[in-house]
Amino acid sequence: MTTTLTISALTKTYDGVRALSDVSLHVAAGERVALLGHNGAGKSTLMKIILGLIAADTGDISVCGAAPGSMAARGAVAYLPENAAFHPALTGMEQISHYLRLRGEPASKAMGLLDRVGLGHAAKRRIGTYSKGMRQRVGLAQTLIGAPRLLVLDEPTSGLDPVSRRDFYTLLDGLASDGAAILLSSHALTEVEARTDRLLILSGGKMVAQGTLGDLRREAALPVVMQLTARNGFAPDLMAALPGLGQDLRISCCQADKLPTLARIAALEAKIADLDVMPPSLEDIYSHFSRRDGQ
Amino acid sequence: MIDRILATAITEAHIARRNRWVAIAVLLMVVFSLVLAAAGSAATGALGADRLSVVVASLTSLSVYLVPLVALLMSFDAVAGEVERGTLPLLLTYPGARWEILLGKLLAHLGILALAIVAGYGAAAVAAIATDPRAAAGLPALWRLTWTSVLLGATFLCAGYALSSLARRPSGAAGLAIGLWLGLVVLYDLGLLAAIVADDGGVFTTRFFPLALLANPADAFRLFNLAASEATAAAAGVGGAAASIPLWQSLSPLLAWPVAALALAALAFRRVVP
Ligand SMILES: Nc1ncnc2c1ncn2[C@@H]1O[C@H](COP(=O)(O)OP(=O)(O)OP(=O)(O)O)[C@@H](O)[C@H]1O
Ligand SMILES: [Mg+2]
Repeated sequence: MTTTLTISALTKTYDGVRALSDVSLHVAAGERVALLGHNGAGKSTLMKIILGLIAADTGDISVCGAAPGSMAARGAVAYLPENAAFHPALTGMEQISHYLRLRGEPASKAMGLLDRVGLGHAAKRRIGTYSKGMRQRVGLAQTLIGAPRLLVLDEPTSGLDPVSRRDFYTLLDGLASDGAAILLSSHALTEVEARTDRLLILSGGKMVAQGTLGDLRREAALPVVMQLTARNGFAPDLMAALPGLGQDLRISCCQADKLPTLARIAALEAKIADLDVMPPSLEDIYSHFSRRDGQ
Repeated sequence: MIDRILATAITEAHIARRNRWVAIAVLLMVVFSLVLAAAGSAATGALGADRLSVVVASLTSLSVYLVPLVALLMSFDAVAGEVERGTLPLLLTYPGARWEILLGKLLAHLGILALAIVAGYGAAAVAAIATDPRAAAGLPALWRLTWTSVLLGATFLCAGYALSSLARRPSGAAGLAIGLWLGLVVLYDLGLLAAIVADDGGVFTTRFFPLALLANPADAFRLFNLAASEATAAAAGVGGAAASIPLWQSLSPLLAWPVAALALAALAFRRVVP
């Protein structure tokens, strides 16, 4: 796997305020990476630095082998800013045609791009008349221009309805399988969990965790919760037999004790109507890392 | 590069058309020019000049105010508006240098301004020629006025981009633009006049005054057109100074200012952090 984006020891200070400290990461070709973090964690700042819009204080960044913001890098990178905005007097068609021409592509491809994000029917209307989600889709359409090797998407699904979100991730899958590297930020944990390969968690400007969901789950070592349902009248028996089982018939145990606990539960099979095993949710894992240093 | 400049120009032209800037600029120029053409017809006989030459002289005085004003109104939003709408960060991640964006905007805005100028002066010329058969003699002066007006417009468009980049907010940019207009077009001449009166024929009047006139694009525009025009006599004010300054001297600032203003605008735009 070749690395499309490499960042090492990146630091950025906004007149006295540490926005990013010692951030290192890499995104490989074909990889979908999600950047998570609380409001003000530094996600947008990191993305703007990758695009060369603002300069880092220290640290090395290589974008497709070039410096951020250089002509080579800009030619290979597509960006979706948070709250993507466009001139309200232009139609969707005119706006996308403009972006196509700036990338040296024929303006005739505009309709195809708008169709891909489901805006074909509104192509000839002014962007000023679009809904928030429609504007967001204009933003998505322009990231599909050419064949970007790196997509940097700042909260791409904000404002999209559930069906559009699914369509969006399907688009991403296609781009990633064509070899594009994707870095996206999001606050929607569940969709990110299902549709990306790796998670990065920023907290207070520091990279507090990175890895697949499985890696993070193991690293966080949060307790597993098991919920029992007793057969008629056996609840007191269960509580007596299983130390740690609460009034609500929940028992929580650490990852290492999972199988022994299950074994003890299984031994009481006759008294148990049902069992649910609840692994730590993505929210739990996220809060575990996000709270550790930040906030 | 050319493609990207043209792309920006096309988009800006769409925006100007939707925002009615094309209609406003053309209407302003046509109405004012026709008013002057009608007013000019009264003075013709006394001066012995053809009617068009007289109209050109009054159009010169008008354009010195109107062309910079329209140019600044069209341009003050160019960068500050993109910053305010939040469209600048995305635009700057596209390939191409920042001056290419400015040049694209200039191309569109200057095209619209030229259209308005041609429409306005054209209407005045048609009115003059229709009523005075000798008026065709004034056509060279009209042509000169037309292209110098476009150069003057280019200067103030670029100045507007520079102010827009410096202010970063449309309201601030509008204030700066009005200030520049008042300063260069109105107060500058008043200041010079006051200095001449105070100086009473001293070094300032003989040495610095001509230079001070040439340094201001609006004054250079007026000087060049008045000096070149046979209707000098019909003009009031700086007409006297016009005769003593060679044509090339008033022409060079007219040519140099648009380039200098564009360079200034590009420098100011480069310092804008999205
Ligand atoms: N232009 C700026 N000037 C000063 N401080 C800034 C500027 N931009 C961002 N910051 C600060 O940098 C920190 C990181 O901001 P950033 O926008 O990167 O957060 P974020 O992770 O994108 O948050 P959100 O989830 O709300 O979008 C914040 O403390 C913010 O106040
Ligand atoms: Mg953000």
